[in-house]
Amino acid sequence: MTSKDNLRVRLAAASRTVRGRFGDSLFKSIAFLAATGIVVLMGLLVYKLYQTADLSIKEFGLGFLTSEEWDPVKDIYGAKPFIYGTIVSSLLALAMAVPLSLGIAIYLSQFAPRWLRSPLAFVVELLAAIPSVVYGLWGIFVLAPFLGQTIEPFFSDNLGFIPIFQGPVYGVGLFSAAVILAIMILPTISAISRESMLNVSLEQKEAAQALGATPWETVRMAVLPLARPGILGAIILGLGRALGETMAVTMVIGNRPEISASIFAPAYTIASVIANEFAEVTAGLHMSALVELALILLVITLLLNLLARLLVRKTGSRAGKGKRT
Amino acid sequence: MKNDLRRRSRKIKSGIAYFLCALSAILALIPLVLILGYVIFQGAAALNIDFLTQLPKPVGETGGGMGNAILGSLILIGIAAVLGLPVGVLAGVYLAEFRNPRLSWTVRLLADILSGVPSIIIGVFVYTLLVLTMKRFSAFAGGVSLAILMLPTVARTTEEMLRMVPDSLREAALALGIPRWRTIVSIVIKTAGGGIMTGIMLALARIAGETAPLLFTALNSRTWPTGLDKPVASLPVQIYTYAIAPYADWHEQAWAGSLVLVLMVLLLSVGSKLYFGRKMRSVK
Repeated sequence: MTSKDNLRVRLAAASRTVRGRFGDSLFKSIAFLAATGIVVLMGLLVYKLYQTADLSIKEFGLGFLTSEEWDPVKDIYGAKPFIYGTIVSSLLALAMAVPLSLGIAIYLSQFAPRWLRSPLAFVVELLAAIPSVVYGLWGIFVLAPFLGQTIEPFFSDNLGFIPIFQGPVYGVGLFSAAVILAIMILPTISAISRESMLNVSLEQKEAAQALGATPWETVRMAVLPLARPGILGAIILGLGRALGETMAVTMVIGNRPEISASIFAPAYTIASVIANEFAEVTAGLHMSALVELALILLVITLLLNLLARLLVRKTGSRAGKGKRT
Repeated sequence: MKNDLRRRSRKIKSGIAYFLCALSAILALIPLVLILGYVIFQGAAALNIDFLTQLPKPVGETGGGMGNAILGSLILIGIAAVLGLPVGVLAGVYLAEFRNPRLSWTVRLLADILSGVPSIIIGVFVYTLLVLTMKRFSAFAGGVSLAILMLPTVARTTEEMLRMVPDSLREAALALGIPRWRTIVSIVIKTAGGGIMTGIMLALARIAGETAPLLFTALNSRTWPTGLDKPVASLPVQIYTYAIAPYADWHEQAWAGSLVLVLMVLLLSVGSKLYFGRKMRSVK
């Protein structure tokens, strides 16, 4: 066991001087404190939110999740429109971003000429570097008016008999928010899927090629099945990002706590209502209800992230054994 | 004959798949080009010296700038760096150098999960933790929320970079009788320095653009920063405020602010990546 030998060498060296030993234990304690600091921080985060949300949890109970009324004047709060807006905008975004991201990941890891791969990957990842508020600004003044004048009228004129395309189009609304979200989560999903596709061993691909598979068949039969947990993890991480995204969504979703059948109607998300109302609220039930919304979002994103990390780690260790291609 | 036809249809299928994958890569570039294009052209049109150095003017008066917001952003990033970097780097050192499997597993997982927590929730958390107890919005509270946001990134990249340092270096130092903590500080961390710096710059780039956690911690201000216990303006929050306001000249300023912000963020993230890429090549 080399690691045991390392340990013995290190221990012997460390005990050589008393001063060194003292310095070592001090340094180790400080580093230990920093590492446990992250654990404490997570605990404190959940505890503080729960503590502040307690008032609202006691007042509304489970009815908070199903009530549609959100009225600060009457001091009645229900979370349903926000939960609906958050989930629907994120799922719509996934529906648009996942096929594109997987196409990019496959192209960048399997098909593209070698010289093009890293520059192109770098450029796609630049999308992740643009701040959310800049997406929002572009969304308000460019994307939402564009969608409201072209794509949305097209769908409501031609496919208006389907309820999700019915009703007036404003530009701002659920659909615009979903398009912005899709652009924002694209780099996350494509980068992590690409990683897990690159982790598939060369032997697997060569085996498929030796059987006479075309490039696409190689991807479909050798690469995708082995990279599946990583891809799934990437999609879940993207979903987590979309659910919690605040600024860009707040700026284009219309901020109206209603549940309508049409995807072109204005809506509201958990993160947006917190962004809009939290700074003006002082204390009491209104704040507690907003914090309870934050707590709901936190629990959802915690669970999704936990799941995604476990999946991504699984591909890293399993398919990563072989040579990188 | 039949076989030949099948082979051809499989090849066509493969060609279509290739085309669709290449097409999605091109499609992804469209929003990037559009966003950067708008920010550069709209932003450059409104950008001038006044914008960078002046205070915002009251509603109705034209001119003025976001000087206080730019300074405020730098102050907030500074506070975050002072608080977040030591903790993040040391946590990374613990994960890489003191192998305590159970604790490391927990810390690593929690750090990964923490990096997925929406930034607005960190804002709510710091509000309940600091703003409620200090009974005021403050630059300090804003800095703390940014520090929490950068913590997991810094810890994880530090760990990964330290792991790339070969054990032979550590053993050589220890064999010379150098205490372990000195080995870590002056040899291991120094060797991995370039990579750690890259991670730090990426983390700074990320928090520089954060808006949501500042909305109700640092709040906003129309004056120059006066103290860490006072609300302070920041570039992202100012852009947001101006973008949703109904005044055309505020919109122009929001574009100019976006240009400054995007330049800041890209300089940090692209610069660090290029720097690190060169460094890696020279190591090889």
